[in-house]
Amino acid sequence: MEEVQVNLEEQFEEKVAQDVRIEPKDWMPEAYRKTLIRQISQHAHSEIVGMLPEGNWITRAPSLKRKAILLSKVQDEAGHGLYLYSAAETLGASRDQMIADLHSGKAKYSSIFNYPTLSWADIGAIGWLVDGAAIMNQVPLCRTSYGPYARAMVRVCKEESFHQRQGFEIMMTLCNGATEQKEMAQEAFNRWWWPTLMMFGPKDEESPNTEQSMRWRIKRFTNDELRQRFVDMMVPQAEYLGLKVPDKDLKWNEEKNGYDFGPIDWNEFWNVVKGNGPCNKQRIQTRVKAHEEGAWVREAALAHAEKRAARGKAA
Amino acid sequence: MPEHGHKTPHLQEHLLNIPVPDYAPELRQLVFDYTLQLADTSLILGHRLSEWCGHGPILEQDLAMANIALDLIGETRSLYQYAATLEGKGRTEDDLAYLRSAVEYKNPLLVEQPNGDFGDTVMRQFLFDGFHYFLLKALKHSSDQGLSAIAAKSFKEASYHIKWSSEWVIRLGDGTEESKHRMEKAVGNLWMYSGELFMMTDTEKQLLEAGILPDYTSIKQQWDEHVAKVFSEATLEVPQQVYMQQGGKMGKHSEHLGYILTELQYLQRTYPGLEW
Repeated sequence: MEEVQVNLEEQFEEKVAQDVRIEPKDWMPEAYRKTLIRQISQHAHSEIVGMLPEGNWITRAPSLKRKAILLSKVQDEAGHGLYLYSAAETLGASRDQMIADLHSGKAKYSSIFNYPTLSWADIGAIGWLVDGAAIMNQVPLCRTSYGPYARAMVRVCKEESFHQRQGFEIMMTLCNGATEQKEMAQEAFNRWWWPTLMMFGPKDEESPNTEQSMRWRIKRFTNDELRQRFVDMMVPQAEYLGLKVPDKDLKWNEEKNGYDFGPIDWNEFWNVVKGNGPCNKQRIQTRVKAHEEGAWVREAALAHAEKRAARGKAA
Repeated sequence: MPEHGHKTPHLQEHLLNIPVPDYAPELRQLVFDYTLQLADTSLILGHRLSEWCGHGPILEQDLAMANIALDLIGETRSLYQYAATLEGKGRTEDDLAYLRSAVEYKNPLLVEQPNGDFGDTVMRQFLFDGFHYFLLKALKHSSDQGLSAIAAKSFKEASYHIKWSSEWVIRLGDGTEESKHRMEKAVGNLWMYSGELFMMTDTEKQLLEAGILPDYTSIKQQWDEHVAKVFSEATLEVPQQVYMQQGGKMGKHSEHLGYILTELQYLQRTYPGLEW
């Protein structure tokens, strides 16, 4: 028996090393399955909770066109949540359980959504920065070893880059606008810059799962690698917009062909992760409320379907 | 329940190249007023539905309501753009949506009613969808090219909406005891606003005479039949002899509209004249 197990494990490792996709029916180590369920459901939850800060501005969008774009963006996020939950279900997780874990606080979601959206410019900043960081994190996942996840990510990434362009466009309109609009853009940028850098996760030396995930090709680059790339990409964009990066230590480093940037406030990062961010409680309470208030609807839909099925049988 | 799937976003500019009709000034004013009334109606209902975004009872229904809201906002844009063209004073769709006061809005009272629970929202949508669907079906053949072009486009979407809300009325009416009770309550809350949809204002009467609008009596008949059929499947009773509230179409609104516009118009009012 033990030998069979060893063989399967070897075959699995070999497949992954050769970049052969793992599919739902293939054998996989339990830890791989668990890691993926955790990561995919976390991602799905982030999409769903992420609907809240942006949804907060749908009714106040400044033009009908912006309203339509924002509404369809938030709707895309619900769509992403749906197909990510489905991808996690192929690993044997149930949507009900995943949602229960989100509501109980057992499952995590991206901390960035625990920050509030205070002005219209936040909608631009989220699209430009937060979606930009998400793309940086997610593009490598289109080649992740687990097939259903990789395929879901191809679609997610395509829509995310569309969202990012829209976010940048909002920022650009503000930055080319009146003084109040420029100030609004800068103020939002100041608030979102550091939390966005935190989206790449803890420093490599404090990221316990990275090594195993890299070997399993669930992850393709380390947190610090991605963060550096992000900074290098965004600084010129900020300059183009005429925005000042809120980091006095930011400096081009010719030798490494990238920017040096100031220290991240990891104390803030861990606090938000632990539930002490400005909106952690509200976000979960809002989700729980929607779920609880929807219970009668779900029960009724089920009861009606059962009645139909029974009538179908009787007929 | 994936009956309302994910759709490509509506991001087109909605510019409908409609030639300006060669109407006498009075008729042009009437068509303008009526187009605004339709636009206000779809905007306010779309706005209400969009309030659900992120708070729906089931993820799939969150998507469905956002889809309907998007359709309605798309229709709104076409209508305001057409109205702006008719008016010819250089106002834009956004001027019409963001810079008019509550008394200038001419939507019926039904669409500004609060979301309530999901049952109230479904019922409000259902009562409206029947009207919207049969109206657009008739407007497709209007002699006014602008209205007929917009109706043709929105009719396809409205057929989807009426299917969605009818199915939910049935599901919730004939679901559990609680859901039935809630749907009865929703009927009680909203039925009194259904009559105004079919009451013809002076503008509407004159447009009927001009051959631009259909007679609402026949739309009402089709609506009655549809409602009776769906309510019967839903095991709900069609209310009889309810006093019908009216006023929205004349600019006399409920207290809700002021708050909707306060939110909707916030940025345009706070920072006048800026581009966003």
